[in-house]
Amino acid sequence: EEEEDVEEEEERWHQLYPGHIPTSPLQKALLAAGSAIMALYDPYRHDMVAVLGETTGCLALPNLRDKMKHHPEGYRILQERPRIRLSTLDMSRLRGLPDGLLGREYVRFLEDNKVSPDTRMPPKFVDDEELAYVIQRYREVHDLMHTLLGMPTNMLGEVVVKWFEAVQTGLPMCVLGAAFGPVRLSTRKLQVLATELVPWAVRSGLNASCVLNIYYEQRWEQPVESLREEIGIFPPP
Amino acid sequence: MAAVLLWRGRARALLSRVRGAPRALRGLAAGPEMHFGFQSVTEEERREKIYQVFENVAKKYDVMNDSMTLGIHRVWKDILVHKMNPSPGTLLLDVAGGTGDIAFRFINYVRAARERQLQRKLKHHQNLSWQEIFENYQEDKFNSLGSSQVVVCDINREMLKVGKQKAQHLGYSEGLSWVLGNAEELPFDDDKFDVYTIAFGIRNVTRIDLALQEAYRVLKPGGRFLCLEFSHVSNPLLSRLYDLYSFQVIPVLGEVIAGDWKSYQYLVESIRQFPPQEELKAMIEDAGFFKVDYENLNFGIVAIHSGFKL
Repeated sequence: EEEEDVEEEEERWHQLYPGHIPTSPLQKALLAAGSAIMALYDPYRHDMVAVLGETTGCLALPNLRDKMKHHPEGYRILQERPRIRLSTLDMSRLRGLPDGLLGREYVRFLEDNKVSPDTRMPPKFVDDEELAYVIQRYREVHDLMHTLLGMPTNMLGEVVVKWFEAVQTGLPMCVLGAAFGPVRLSTRKLQVLATELVPWAVRSGLNASCVLNIYYEQRWEQPVESLREEIGIFPPP
Repeated sequence: MAAVLLWRGRARALLSRVRGAPRALRGLAAGPEMHFGFQSVTEEERREKIYQVFENVAKKYDVMNDSMTLGIHRVWKDILVHKMNPSPGTLLLDVAGGTGDIAFRFINYVRAARERQLQRKLKHHQNLSWQEIFENYQEDKFNSLGSSQVVVCDINREMLKVGKQKAQHLGYSEGLSWVLGNAEELPFDDDKFDVYTIAFGIRNVTRIDLALQEAYRVLKPGGRFLCLEFSHVSNPLLSRLYDLYSFQVIPVLGEVIAGDWKSYQYLVESIRQFPPQEELKAMIEDAGFFKVDYENLNFGIVAIHSGFKL
């Protein structure tokens, strides 16, 4: 009986990080397909979008991680593993900053759209602990993308941000989201999307340096304009 | 790649330790290790974890059942009620009856049986006086179920809640009651029920021996015990396909449909931990039941065990 207990102990350590669920390639494939279908069927299932990202990111994530490793600021982020959460942010201080600064605009974005950084799903199906952090960072930085691009959280805004992220990260989930997201938009919005917003987002994405290499938490006092210029994001139309 | 090998090794290693009486049966108090799926936990922990599993899945329980079994679970439950063949006037206790699947089938069955009964009566009574016919209608009107009743008992509030909502939605009210209770310690008097059923519930009971003893206690002499549960597939090829499906597909379905991988991982693991057909038969006999027998459905994926209190 003791043998059996030890055996059982052992199988729980396959967990590489809290919340990790090890999966076989077949399971990942099924998850990817299932989550893609479910995400299209029920757009409110944000957890399905997250799962899709994790199960299809096996090429893009190491790529991103390497980009971060080879950049001084990105490297520091990988070492220090900062997390953007309500508990770690000093909301009142950020709110008190002058207009136009990153911190102030970020808080404004959160409040206007009634979102919180705490609703991001923790990764489950990424089989590498560092890559799990990379995808977590990508998720937490998403709201800052909105702020930098000046896009709201409605369907249109989300699609634009997805286009930008698709170019920047190469994550299949972003590419799929960018391609299929517009399906639910009206024709008028589609026009604006196609003629103005997407080209701008793509150009900015290509021109910009890797957005995960910015240590946002140390730049709250930087004006948004200046940060945009530094990264290489063109002014929003 | 490493993850795959680790995973396969783990599943196989643990599948091989499924045989052997669950340590649960040597039933001691809080201390000893028991299984929760493939994990090792104490008795108390196990009860709590299982409660949480069903709390989480309650709302999606029926959808998941349909997806996992491709709707076949409905056939299994139909077969159970047909085997029971209840006549009007039967008092049924459905334990771990949660969302009411067995209870509703029972009601449909006795209602149909009652109608046939009334038809037959009418045919016989073609030459009654108008007064007698009138009286017949009066008493039968309040007895569309022929005074049959089903009590649904479940330990989990969420499951009962879903069950009650379903009953309302589907229009079941007569002859149906819902009781919160533990299969190991039923809140009913001795010798009360004609039939006791437990469908896909006994696997989640922590002390199966106690549940069986309670079943014996609350049944009337002549009463029948029926258990519908996942069991063991002996055919080796089928068994491997079944394992593949269980471990690869079901947790994925759980994640995609219910957003809950872990509960469905628990489900497939707990099926492997449950005693096989012959062992369960012996346990039922130990509780005092006679003429204990079982019927395999779908090559042993599911089995119906039956016993009588004589």
